[in-house]
Amino acid sequence: MKNCEYRQIEPQGLGTPNAAPPPPAGANDADTRAKRRRKWEVFPGKNRFYCDGRIMVARQSGVLPLTLGLIVLTSCLFFVFDCPFLVEHVTSCIPAIGGALFAFVIISLLQTSFRDPGILPRATADEAAYTEKQIDDSASSSYRPPPRTLEVIINQQVVKLKYCFTCKMFRPPRTSHCSLCDNCVERFDHHCPWVGNCVGKRNYRFFYAFIVSLSFLTAFIFGCVTTHLTLRSQGGKGLITAVQESPPSCTALELIVCFFSVWSILGLSGFHTYLVASNLTTNEDIKGSWSGNSGVQNTVNPYSYNNIFANCCAVLCAPLPPSLIDRRGFLPTQESPPAAQPQVELPVFVGKSDLTVV
Amino acid sequence: MATEFHNLQELRHSASLATKVFIQRDYTEGTVCKFQTKFPAELDSRIERSLFEDTVKTLNNYYAEAEKIGGQSYLEGCLACATAYVIFLCMETRYEKVLKKISKYIQEQNEKIYAPRGLLITDPIERGMRVIEISVFEDRGSSGSSSGSSSTSSSSGR
Repeated sequence: MKNCEYRQIEPQGLGTPNAAPPPPAGANDADTRAKRRRKWEVFPGKNRFYCDGRIMVARQSGVLPLTLGLIVLTSCLFFVFDCPFLVEHVTSCIPAIGGALFAFVIISLLQTSFRDPGILPRATADEAAYTEKQIDDSASSSYRPPPRTLEVIINQQVVKLKYCFTCKMFRPPRTSHCSLCDNCVERFDHHCPWVGNCVGKRNYRFFYAFIVSLSFLTAFIFGCVTTHLTLRSQGGKGLITAVQESPPSCTALELIVCFFSVWSILGLSGFHTYLVASNLTTNEDIKGSWSGNSGVQNTVNPYSYNNIFANCCAVLCAPLPPSLIDRRGFLPTQESPPAAQPQVELPVFVGKSDLTVV
Repeated sequence: MATEFHNLQELRHSASLATKVFIQRDYTEGTVCKFQTKFPAELDSRIERSLFEDTVKTLNNYYAEAEKIGGQSYLEGCLACATAYVIFLCMETRYEKVLKKISKYIQEQNEKIYAPRGLLITDPIERGMRVIEISVFEDRGSSGSSSGSSSTSSSSGR
């Protein structure tokens, strides 16, 4: 026990006091006392996990509660105040269509928010060391080399792969590191605060479905509310009386929310439809990677099939790849890399504490 | 030193890790999952070139099959959209089915070809589909230690 205390006082021992005291006995006790941990508990990125790793969101959930709240509130007001009138005067399909759209919107939103967007796990220590060695072998200078890039040729187009210093690997094409989530995400589109998650390879189709169905929903609600007010005012009572009859704050709220949403969401859907048809990501479009803005001439998008239908199918109907981070898998119980370090340092500490004791 | 390891357990317990070789991705065809078939120099004395290339080519074919955009993937995509993607919670996708085939293939290759030569392939899915990690083991059947690093540190401490 005295040896342990001496080790804890020494400055170098601050990092390893837990592992340095008897490792075999300590490890066994820890294993029997605590249940096996899952990989999501030690995930290095800035994500939060719920339901034992089944659901994941970015650390800052952004305005996801606001998005959900607005959609649910507006739809509830619609169902409560407008549907009874419209069922009576127009058709009874209206609540059915509204309900189906609402359900589709909520499900797509939850799928986008809670899914892994295509996070790449960080390189293991061995892999990072191997990559470093490859870079050092090719660089001859002794000081730190300039930002590392790797050039590959994809469909006769030169693409530069950048080295990610956080994840310690060369990023695959179309992968980008999200600073908010601190992860490299495959086919990174953008980090959406409304949805509270990154939009990447694995959840782009849900995001697209969400914004398209939301634009239909807001347009539908807007149309129904306008019809409702028109029909009421046509009953010979005038528009003001009509607004006064149906609870004014609710109808006005629905109108305002839908009016502003329709333009912005419709615009966003149109933009993303263009991106899907040309097989681009928001990231590439903003940076102008393939439009020749980066100074290199004759750049074309090497990932595009040059056919709108083929591009749409490739983006929206391609097989859904599995999550690479295996968040519900169990951590290995022994021979984990950190255990090797204190064992290597052990002889140094044993020597020092022997000296101090003596 | 071609020592016979009779099964994978023996390999893991009685051999110590010498080095790891990483087969990188081949991005010349875009973002599809494909690994380079270039034969690494570290495996020169351990395994025949043709066996290695066969393994990598078969893996590449499996991944191409998983990511193929064709009739079945359209059907899956349209069906999923029609059911508001809820079907993904109940059904196993084609990609997942192919991944299971891949891990069976890798296990089989390890048992039949790689373990007898003191090598072990790690499934790329465990490394984020970025590399095929091949662990190269040295013949240390007589040392009796399960972890190479602990034996070297204890010897240097004394």
